Amino acid sequence: MPVPILKQRDYLIASIQAALNDEDLKRLREALVAQVGEFRSRGVIVDITALDVMDSFAARTLRDLAHMTRLRGAETVIVGIQPEVAFAMVQLGLTLEGVAAALDLEEGLSYLDRKTRQGVRGVSR
Amino acid sequence: MVELRVRPSHYNSDGSTDIVLRELVAHLRENRSHLRQEWARRITETKWLTVMTPDEVFAEATAVYDNYLEALETGSIEALETYARSLSERIIPRGVETQEVVGIVLLLRDVLARSLFSKYRADFTELNRVLDAYEPAANRIANTVAVGFVQERERIIRQQQEAIRELSTPVLPVRGRLLILPMIGIIDPQRARQLTEQLLRGIRVNRARVVVIDITGVPAMDASVANHLVQTVEASRLLGATVIVTGLSAEIAQTLVNIGVDLGKMNTVGDLQGGIEEAERLLGYKVLPILEPSGNGG
Repeated sequence: MPVPILKQRDYLIASIQAALNDEDLKRLREALVAQVGEFRSRGVIVDITALDVMDSFAARTLRDLAHMTRLRGAETVIVGIQPEVAFAMVQLGLTLEGVAAALDLEEGLSYLDRKTRQGVRGVSR
Repeated sequence: MVELRVRPSHYNSDGSTDIVLRELVAHLRENRSHLRQEWARRITETKWLTVMTPDEVFAEATAVYDNYLEALETGSIEALETYARSLSERIIPRGVETQEVVGIVLLLRDVLARSLFSKYRADFTELNRVLDAYEPAANRIANTVAVGFVQERERIIRQQQEAIRELSTPVLPVRGRLLILPMIGIIDPQRARQLTEQLLRGIRVNRARVVVIDITGVPAMDASVANHLVQTVEASRLLGATVIVTGLSAEIAQTLVNIGVDLGKMNTVGDLQGGIEEAERLLGYKVLPILEPSGNGG
């Protein structure tokens, strides 16, 4: 099932609505990395509110996605991780290191606004 | 509805138990005031229920007596169960003990049994028939009341345990987006887990962006709890909240370094005050003292 990607101002928003298999995840990553350049986006938000499990492949794909988009000039923020999912992830050691996370879409947008206002140095936080 | 009448196997089931029971209840109802008084007297004599006044004891005794007879007569213990529960609710907070309640119900059983003895002592066969009907019913009733009491007690204990557990780790909103989690006492793995769950839920509900975990009140910490703390910090970050840990005692600081817990990801500040100030800085708050009104004339 393809994930719709919405363009909103300088940002791309991908909202995952159902559990994705590895193939879907890879396709999402490729689509986002490509579209970041196409739309000259400054930020990417991946909303995973609907996910109630996160395996190591998904976590790695999201981390790679964040690093790849950063290389293409866009900051990625993962939003909507459920509390139970978050705790399960850290117990499995899937801590999404170096990837920004925010509570929900609204928080993610305000995070990106803050980041992009800081200019190019923003990525180093 | 629970069927109360238990027929011993040697007893033919032609419904004569019903007749015996009805006869028996009629007898007990006739002698109601006398037997009730005898029962209340024996309760006082045994020095039970000293936390209640004699009037109260007599009132409850009357209610129990009537419920008892009703249960004997109808075979339904539902009403008695309900009464036993409400009675337990009333008397448990006053410190009535399980042994007292059980003892009192057994006393009533004995008082009634004796009255039956004296009524039927002339006819041994008839007495046996009466007791065959009475004993299982009476035991069942005693059981019901005792179980009801113990269950109510357990319910209260569970409720209190829950309350203590909740209280031991309060998650407190201090300002918009800022939570404080004061940890006090020994943290065992189970408590640590529960604390994490509560914190993550709190972050969600309060939309917190910064959390200050104060562990001034924690006397010691072992490796598993320390690792759990690190995990809590990471899980909070996945929800978009920054965690500041404050109040690490000298002992805990040494333990953590000695056992090699990775504290690189932890944001630590000396005390709670410093932690809140740091949190306010992160959130963009600035606390200013109110100007003295006398300093500004107009």
